[in-house]
Amino acid sequence: MGSFKLGAMTLGGLFKKPETIQYPAQTKPMPAGLKGHVVNDVETCILCSICAKRCPTSAIEVDKKGRTWAINRFRCVQCGSCVRECPKQCLTMDPHYASPATQMEPSVFDVPEHEKVQAEV
Amino acid sequence: MGKATVIPFGPQHPVLPEPLHLDLVVEDEKVIEAIPQIGFVHRGLEKLVETRDYNQFIYVAERICGICAFGHSMGYAETVERLMGVEIPTRAEYLRVIWHELSRIHSHILWMGLAADAFGFESLFMHCWRLRERVLDIFEKTTGGRVIFSVVKVGGVVRDIDKLQFNEIKRVLEGIKHDYNQLCKAFLKDTSVKNRTVGVGYISHEDALDLSMVGPFARASSVNNDSRCLGNGGYKFLSDFQPIMDGQGDCYARVKVRALEVLQSIDIIEEMIAKIPEGDIAVPVKGSPADGAESSNVVEQPRGECYYYARGNGSKYLERMRMRTPTSQNLGGMTKVLAGCDLADVNMIVLTIDPCISCTER
Repeated sequence: MGSFKLGAMTLGGLFKKPETIQYPAQTKPMPAGLKGHVVNDVETCILCSICAKRCPTSAIEVDKKGRTWAINRFRCVQCGSCVRECPKQCLTMDPHYASPATQMEPSVFDVPEHEKVQAEV
Repeated sequence: MGKATVIPFGPQHPVLPEPLHLDLVVEDEKVIEAIPQIGFVHRGLEKLVETRDYNQFIYVAERICGICAFGHSMGYAETVERLMGVEIPTRAEYLRVIWHELSRIHSHILWMGLAADAFGFESLFMHCWRLRERVLDIFEKTTGGRVIFSVVKVGGVVRDIDKLQFNEIKRVLEGIKHDYNQLCKAFLKDTSVKNRTVGVGYISHEDALDLSMVGPFARASSVNNDSRCLGNGGYKFLSDFQPIMDGQGDCYARVKVRALEVLQSIDIIEEMIAKIPEGDIAVPVKGSPADGAESSNVVEQPRGECYYYARGNGSKYLERMRMRTPTSQNLGGMTKVLAGCDLADVNMIVLTIDPCISCTER
């Protein structure tokens, strides 16, 4: 008899917790290191544009004169190059996925002027 | 004898996860010739090497294919490391092998699910993909991605796996092994599966050698061809490695080889986790590949041997990056197998080759 090889597994499934969840009423917890979306702490950013140079998809644009840092979420592939290369560690990878948008526009952030720390003589 | 008729098969077909077109020349219900045509998903990724530097290209390389994503990024990184003479830390080599073997498990289980779906065994398909989901969860926790991981870089890897995560991986793999053995029983002993696979799509050992077939397709015809035996990268640390082979050369043998390779991969991962040394996971890589420097590399992808070639030009952009993927090697074998088969068996034969068209066209 070669049939019903899956019988035990299939019947056993009746008494186990379901493998699936009732999305969207239930959601899976996000693991800590999940690559969701890139977040910039504009208070720390010095607009050095290393992130823009390292980005393989040219998703980041830095305007030093206008003091803006922009990321095109539709181009970003969450590779994390910018996060690793940032000299001020102001870029982080948030484990939550970016929310849906109605228009394909980059997210622009204004970077405030930082007070220059006077060198101690 | 009936009149020869040409039946188009694909590029959109329920059995094909990727677009492959076959012109099947049919007489009565027998296929007398199959003429393949590809080119529906060509993206020109090799050309992109001229506009992305050697660090950035790694993210392009892993987008060649969704299933062998890790294998391609690892193969590319190893090729560039050879080009620049970079020695990566031992721990990074171990980590690469662990992720690569996990990729093989998820690729093979995915394929087995598709095969079950192709011969109409829906519950088997569901069970396969249920197990694959657990592997994807491991990826999600250890790399931050489910399909595209972006954890390899030239000089090592960007993430480490800690002891807690290793324990979790071992626990999950134990659970998978338990359930997977029952799936194997269904695949290898069930009458309805055997009716669709045994004796179907036979290719002899000699033909497999003549057509330079690679991967499980070749190993199912007793061709001892597994690049892991070369001991490239972290595979040199394996205590023993014997490729899984079968001599029947039919669809059943190909199912069997893949089914047993999953268990072999689980053993490799367990051995690697037991032996992984402490230490750094990457070394800094500076400079650019020398002008005219060349290197090549071979990686055993889930579908077979994948060959990489790179040439530098003195700048941070490579002069040339070339990949020869397993499916392009196996298409010749596939047309050979299809000639003479029943029309109803075409989908099963095409699937047991496990064609990856995205890899082939890049």
